[in-house]
Amino acid sequence: MSQIRAAEAFADALLEDDPVALYDRAPCGYLSTAPDGTVVKTNSTFLTLTGFTAEEVVGRRLVDFLTPGGRIFHETHYAPLLRLQGAVRELAVDLVGRDGTRIPVLLNATVDRDERGRERVVRIAAFDARERRRYERELLRATQEAQRAQQEAEAARAAAEAAERHSRAMVGTLQDTLVPRALPEADGLELAGAYRPAGDGREVGGDFYDAFVVEDDECWLVLGDVSGKGVDAAVVTAMVRNGARTLALSLPPHHREPSEVLRRLDQLLDHHETARFCTAAVLRLRRSVGGWSATYASGGHPPLVVRPAAGRSRLVEVSGQVLGVLPTGEFEQRELFVGAGDTLLLYTDGVTESRRQRELYGDARMLAAVDAAGAGAPAVVAALLDDVMRFGGALPRDDIACLAATAR
Amino acid sequence: MLFAHGFGCDQTMWRHVAPAFSDRFRVITFDLVGAGGSDPAAWDPVKYSSLEGYAEDVVELVRDLDLHDVVLVGHSVSAMIGALAHVREPERFERLVMVGPSPRYLDDDGYVGGFSPDAIEELLESLSSNYLGWSTAMAPVIVGNPERPDLGEELADAFCRMDPAIARVFARATFLTDTRDVLPRISVPTLVMQCADDVIAPRRVGEYVADAIPRSTLVLMRATGHCPNLSAPEETVDVIRSYLDGAAA
Repeated sequence: MSQIRAAEAFADALLEDDPVALYDRAPCGYLSTAPDGTVVKTNSTFLTLTGFTAEEVVGRRLVDFLTPGGRIFHETHYAPLLRLQGAVRELAVDLVGRDGTRIPVLLNATVDRDERGRERVVRIAAFDARERRRYERELLRATQEAQRAQQEAEAARAAAEAAERHSRAMVGTLQDTLVPRALPEADGLELAGAYRPAGDGREVGGDFYDAFVVEDDECWLVLGDVSGKGVDAAVVTAMVRNGARTLALSLPPHHREPSEVLRRLDQLLDHHETARFCTAAVLRLRRSVGGWSATYASGGHPPLVVRPAAGRSRLVEVSGQVLGVLPTGEFEQRELFVGAGDTLLLYTDGVTESRRQRELYGDARMLAAVDAAGAGAPAVVAALLDDVMRFGGALPRDDIACLAATAR
Repeated sequence: MLFAHGFGCDQTMWRHVAPAFSDRFRVITFDLVGAGGSDPAAWDPVKYSSLEGYAEDVVELVRDLDLHDVVLVGHSVSAMIGALAHVREPERFERLVMVGPSPRYLDDDGYVGGFSPDAIEELLESLSSNYLGWSTAMAPVIVGNPERPDLGEELADAFCRMDPAIARVFARATFLTDTRDVLPRISVPTLVMQCADDVIAPRRVGEYVADAIPRSTLVLMRATGHCPNLSAPEETVDVIRSYLDGAAA
């Protein structure tokens, strides 16, 4: 309001062409200071703005009317600038009024010099900048908030990336425990396995397989699927996989049967605190005259694929219930002869239950893909995996595991 | 003689003082990184968040130019930057001249630095409001014209301009720092120049500094304010010259 009144007074003074009034009632505060900053003259607008009397202003220094922070700014910026350039424009500072209120102003100052170039007087105009400063502060706050939001977003993104890297590394480590790094060498047998985690591989799945040689003439293949996904499923999966191996290696020869291994795994799971269950297929291959004699048992697992060296592939099914549900399960065993060029294939339901929209991949497509494959376990596994991925898309909904053995 | 400028401006601050010594000394003035015509690419917000970062640069400069028997004249915060540089590499420096030094701007448990943390916040706010006009578009023009002869009306305020982000980091490093423990470790003769009515570095701070430095000389100047190198260059030159003459005699 004082500005408006001052403006009216100034207009009157203009009309009257009265230089004293023009100075005194100018629409901005005037201060004249000696070169050392001591105020020698001021006008009523400055006094109205700050609430001081002329006696309280004259004789004090400009810095005395500034906030402590403003004083630093004055000494480090305003004063040097004034001396270096002879003028300062639009310096934003707060004056401290008589009642302690802060009055944002913009200061313009010029140095008057005598004929020898020495500083004589500094003339300062103070413009009330309350509205402007409020707007600028809003602007500044908005800018700072935008910057902060951007920094936070970047930090969050970096954290998410780090977490993702960490989780991938962990999933990778866990998955290493679900399938062997390398399949064993067994003279007269060709082995191949494949594992594809569900989705983009960020979550560890429940599928596993294992292959190990017990004696020179005996090789075991185990493949299974623990219900669920994630780290706790992986813990059970690792237990089942290692349990099967331990059982097969430690059982006395006359008990070393796939059905016995499944029976004991069943008990193991039943005693474990987990509520998870598991399907598993176990194959024991023993060298015999002209090939291998295979013993197959299954705990609720999809049937075995037999691809003979000549002729169409078929499924072999045995009875046996899912492990970890009813521990009294009985597991049927089936003996098969595997001649040179014959292939046995174990797989998880991620293969047969792969989907394209509502359509299932199914047994028929699987058998056709196996038949169409080249000879030998690696070719069969590769062809099947390729066919399933083509059918269901590059990001499978479920884990896919398969393991094959071909007699040479 | 190596002249280091203080917070808020650049080596222009020494233009009425440094040339007076060129008859007897090799005179070097420079811009601190972040100020004046310094290379914007050299700015590093972590390094320059502490005065040690600036001191490291002074040491590097002295080494690169292979300077010995240096008289380091530091204004304001650079008085302490110079002290830190001297402590890092004592054998290069012969004397320190401190113009308006303060090792601690904040009041602190009996020590009176003259400012409260609120004041420093206000200063940071002042920096922000006064750099509203700073734009990245203008920065290269300012930085690219270190000689600044006639930058035109629009760039008249190019003196002492600094990127507001840099100014804030420098202001924090300057005004929130505490380098009081460095003072007793200054092993060379040191001149402490104290102005009258200096609101940034009051007289009792100057006296504190002079007391804490083992071989110090305190001179109370007639000049008022914080920048006698600009407001009273003749007196500034005279005080430094008589000090150096006295030392030589």
